[in-house]
Amino acid sequence: MTIKSNRLTAEEYEQNFSDIHPPFDSRESALVEANRCLFCYDAPCTKSCPTGIDIPKFIKQITTDNVKGSAHTIFVSNIMGAGCARVCPVEKLCEGSCVYNLLEETPISIARLQRYATEQALEKKWKLFERKPTTGKRVAIVGAGPAGLSCAHVLSREGIAVTIYEKESKGGGLMTYGIAAYKVTPEFCEAEVKYITSLGGITIEYNQELGVHFTLADLQQNYDAVYLGFGVGLARQLNIPGEELEGVVDAIKFIYDIRAGAYDQVPVGDRVAVIGMGMTAIDAATQAKRLGAKEVILVYRRTQEEMPCTEVELDIAKLDGCRIIWLAAPAMIKGEHGHATQLVCNLMQLGEPDASGRRSPFEMGETCTLEVDMIIKAAGQMPFEALVSGKQLQHTHGKIVTQMNGATNIPGVYAGGDCVNGGKEVVDAVQAGKLGAAAILEYVAGL
Amino acid sequence: MADISANFLGVRSPNPFWLASAPPTDKKINVLRAFEAGWGGVVWKTLGSQVKNVSSRYSAVNYNGSKIMGFNNIELISDRPLELNLREIKECIKLFPDRAMIVSLMADNTREKWHELIAQVEDTGAHGLELNFGCPHGMTERGMGAVVGQDPEIARLVVEWVMEKATIPVITKLTPNVHSVVPTGKASVEAGTNALSLINTIQSVTGIDLDTFVPNPYVAGKSVFGGYCGPAVKPIALKMLATISQDPVTARVPISGIGGVSTWKDAVEFMLLGATTVQVCTAVMKHGFRIVEDLCEGLNNWMDEKGFNTINDFIGKSVPHLTQWEELDINYHIVANIDQNKCIHCGLCYIACEDGSHQSINLQYGNPYNTYTIKEEECVGCNLCKLICPVDDCITMVEQRKGVDYVNWKEFQERGMPLNDH
Repeated sequence: MTIKSNRLTAEEYEQNFSDIHPPFDSRESALVEANRCLFCYDAPCTKSCPTGIDIPKFIKQITTDNVKGSAHTIFVSNIMGAGCARVCPVEKLCEGSCVYNLLEETPISIARLQRYATEQALEKKWKLFERKPTTGKRVAIVGAGPAGLSCAHVLSREGIAVTIYEKESKGGGLMTYGIAAYKVTPEFCEAEVKYITSLGGITIEYNQELGVHFTLADLQQNYDAVYLGFGVGLARQLNIPGEELEGVVDAIKFIYDIRAGAYDQVPVGDRVAVIGMGMTAIDAATQAKRLGAKEVILVYRRTQEEMPCTEVELDIAKLDGCRIIWLAAPAMIKGEHGHATQLVCNLMQLGEPDASGRRSPFEMGETCTLEVDMIIKAAGQMPFEALVSGKQLQHTHGKIVTQMNGATNIPGVYAGGDCVNGGKEVVDAVQAGKLGAAAILEYVAGL
Repeated sequence: MADISANFLGVRSPNPFWLASAPPTDKKINVLRAFEAGWGGVVWKTLGSQVKNVSSRYSAVNYNGSKIMGFNNIELISDRPLELNLREIKECIKLFPDRAMIVSLMADNTREKWHELIAQVEDTGAHGLELNFGCPHGMTERGMGAVVGQDPEIARLVVEWVMEKATIPVITKLTPNVHSVVPTGKASVEAGTNALSLINTIQSVTGIDLDTFVPNPYVAGKSVFGGYCGPAVKPIALKMLATISQDPVTARVPISGIGGVSTWKDAVEFMLLGATTVQVCTAVMKHGFRIVEDLCEGLNNWMDEKGFNTINDFIGKSVPHLTQWEELDINYHIVANIDQNKCIHCGLCYIACEDGSHQSINLQYGNPYNTYTIKEEECVGCNLCKLICPVDDCITMVEQRKGVDYVNWKEFQERGMPLNDH
């Protein structure tokens, strides 16, 4: 058993990381689907979209060949509508509430239609928004992820000059660095950031990290307002013996390496255990398999009922050949010569519902042992606590505390996205960015 | 098994489905394949003056992703040599003696030309003639087709010429490009036509290319008005057919119904309004001759279910149900009811009623599903919500009479009954 890179041929990597949700082949196939849409009034799909995209309207616009109008309808609510069409867990959002579900019929392929319209906008570089005359106001944003870009776009449209400080060398945040490559390619992420910033009035300063290259105080001094959208950090520690052994890796880091480099450069084990059952756990497990791991086992301390990922995501993992062990909590990692070789888990049972409403697991007193050479931790993410402590910013365990509109306890400083909510979907961050921008506009108007 | 055969003025066919005069009936190879597929009869594509066709010839109206809801053509009558057509007609009759062979005619506008053409066609052994007084394009400029059908007196004259010569049944085909088909129908019957057929195509512009600004069909940068047909024209055809069935003069002769017939249900509707046979074209141009199978099987099954032994048992059965508006019962009142167990919360009924009708549906907000209920006291029973609802039998109209007795508009006024207060 060994951890190594370069396990597959170039063709195999290509195939394993190609688009999992291919777009419509043609206008006609998109129109067949678009014409199925009932054009609901006060539509459940729209109400189930965190950004409130007017879905019946954009689908109707596809049917009339007004694809430009359709893309505008999407982007006006969600400037990352192209990316969200690929990464949103639509089965629990828009498509999950499509009224066709109530007829036991296949819901409208909203994501695919959204992709149809937005992809053309990106490809043809449609200029769908105009900036208002400049107001002379300047806003700094920390993080060029979904929250930051969404906030920047709204502000720039209103004539604000926006500067985004991004610690990585590329924009997109989680979209670029934290999601399975078979959902969004690096090229797509780059094109999306480019499309968003093509509006003008948005400057991204790359390789600029808060707390390293500049401070919040610097930004407060040099700008009329500041928006913090720096996301969350690495995976939660397991706090079990053996966690320091070689071969125990962080899912966020693992996915980052896949997204930031070449597939054949990312090392993966023969037998991999992934701890957790969220979207990140699935993305780590499926990509480990697609990098050539012989066996991948997802370990989760509760049951399918409580898992945070969707059924669709679980199916992807199953179809990739990943095994799942339910009701097992990591207890200890054993190793040889400093390298992890075994994962010992406590077998669990479910008890009464906890504060989150989910039944909490308790130990049965038995264990199971998995022979592994790599363990990927994906049991939740840790906020960047160091970034927010000691700055008078109110926070709970590193998560910034804000009002509904994103206002922090410091006047002129706003925040949103994962650094506030602890880690949700891209679409939630986009909405937070919009709300933050609206609040900032009101704030700077009063200066 | 019901007997679905038709007897139209002694012209027998194993079923009432004929192919209308059009490209599917313009030559022997088509017609033989149509007969092999099971068509009861054909009306051979119009013979007459020498013509030359252009390219392109057709255009269509699509609807919500469905192709050819309406179809349009600028094709003229047969452009093949007359002798060739006559020879092929003869051969088809010989090969399929049990099928109806009607030949459509449009002669140059003289008595002699008509007589000459009729004699030639009768020589083939054809069972009947159909006079094309309806073609709305190309021939009209030359004083033929719809020009004849649009003027009752010209039609009367031409029918008289035809009847002087014809020894086989004559069907006069009516144009819909008039305010009413009855005057020409009446003139034709009075002049002696043995039967009527309707409708021919309706003049139309089906659409315009938004890049070139040229309407379609496109012919070297230009277009002309075409003849519209297909499913889109069926309701208009049914109405015109009904007026022919209602008029005491035109109702004396049998009718062959035409206009957007695509299914056996469409055919039954034409027959319920008085057609003895129906003619089909667009549906065949779209799907081929094979559709006759379901036309026959569907009609047969429906007749069995209803207990009809022959088509004569139901021809014209719906005509008495069409009355004048003044005769309608004002006390009849229905209100909509939404079955909450079937409702899928699409809100289509709500917004239609709210913006387009009588604001009679309540919206109770929910996330993500709203609940919709009927305000019974506001509902006028218009049917709009029921028509829009995507779920079968989710919205039903429930009878709630305003009064027990029949009251029509005249009596309503006489009695001074109250008007609506909303």
